[in-house]
Amino acid sequence: MSTPPAVYLDTASSEPLHPAARAVLEQAFDRGYADPRRLHRPARDARLLLDNAREATAEALGVRADEVSFTPSGTHAVHLGVLGLLAGHARHGDRLVASAVEHSSVMHAGQWHAARGGRFETVPVDASGRVGDVPADATAVCLQSANHEVGTLQPVGEVATATGAPVFVDACASAGRLPLPDGWAAAAASAHKWGGPPGVGLLLVRKGARWRNPFPGDDRVDERSTGMENVPAALAAAAALQAVVADRDEVNARQSALVDRLRAGVARIADTEVVGDPSRRLPHIVTFSFLYVDGEAIVTELDRRGFSVASGSACTASTLEPSHVLAAMGALTHGNLRVSLARDTTGEDVDRLLAALPDVVARIRQDAGL
Amino acid sequence: MSPTPHEDEPVAELDCRGLLCPRPVIELARHVADVPVGAVIAVVADDVAAATDIPAWCRMRGQEFVGAGRTTDGVARYLVRRTG
Repeated sequence: MSTPPAVYLDTASSEPLHPAARAVLEQAFDRGYADPRRLHRPARDARLLLDNAREATAEALGVRADEVSFTPSGTHAVHLGVLGLLAGHARHGDRLVASAVEHSSVMHAGQWHAARGGRFETVPVDASGRVGDVPADATAVCLQSANHEVGTLQPVGEVATATGAPVFVDACASAGRLPLPDGWAAAAASAHKWGGPPGVGLLLVRKGARWRNPFPGDDRVDERSTGMENVPAALAAAAALQAVVADRDEVNARQSALVDRLRAGVARIADTEVVGDPSRRLPHIVTFSFLYVDGEAIVTELDRRGFSVASGSACTASTLEPSHVLAAMGALTHGNLRVSLARDTTGEDVDRLLAALPDVVARIRQDAGL
Repeated sequence: MSPTPHEDEPVAELDCRGLLCPRPVIELARHVADVPVGAVIAVVADDVAAATDIPAWCRMRGQEFVGAGRTTDGVARYLVRRTG
């Protein structure tokens, strides 16, 4: 039996490098090596590339260029965004509120705040993963644009209107794929989630928002960044972002239809829960859980059959804790799979996965004695 | 006080200490039919996933999740009523 071609279905963890990024990266490494702060010609070249990257990124996101900072990761951008809003509003209080389904980077920032004497609390979500009421008297509120595990879109604009607090939006799961929601005072994104290279995060701070660097500063081109900018990667990330934004209507429609097909097909397997909002969701992510199935066993078996997927089950996590997102939704946490489509995922890929799943699930259940 | 046993008093208890997910839920599925319809079965489990997965199992299988408590030595104990 020949090995089937590998089908990569974990773009929510990391998207393969977009061809537009690859083309720019090679050139930019030749021209963008110098320190953009210096006065000589190679430095001016690097500075020009950095400014271009910032402007292209701002244009693709519909923000001002001076609202964009490049960071060494999406996680670092989240930490700067959350803690910087708190630092900027320290005179008004120390109460940080986040939805219960935020990315772990937001939760870690909240715990860091709490460990230094601040208050950190989470607010619940409904069964689809959508947040409800947020306290009006918070010092800062964290709400993702869309959930990174189940794809559910959050009502960022409504929450921002209802609360008087500045809102930090973790846009890592949606940036490039969907326009930024309204209402953010600070936001974060991560280039490797849209097909840029890893090691490029975006911190967005709204013009006029009170934000103060919560960490030691640096003397860079941009007061919000730390360390020498990765100019070639930032430019490649911007090129990928422009390309993704340019064809997202077509890609989103295609991916969304494939996700609908997956949701319907998986739901036909007995004792299966398809998780997350069926319509108000990201175009490329779907999550489901199979009762009595070991998450590690199903990920391993699918990998053997050529499908690369992620899982929120405890046995697949470095912490050995189940996904806090699934737990907050009251969804089944074991036997969990997150499938996230690539730009070039085909209907045939999806059909092959749908053909394999009933057998894989049945075998694992049989091995468990059911 | 009524002399009859409380209606939420379990008539059977599964000791799932040390079992990782999804084993506690599998044990529950295997043994729920050991108790009569309307009776409560208890599951003692130290796996953290059980806190979410036992109520989720009840929802998916049409059984009733009665609630969660602790054993005298502090391990989580979940009560499930067999409804069918």
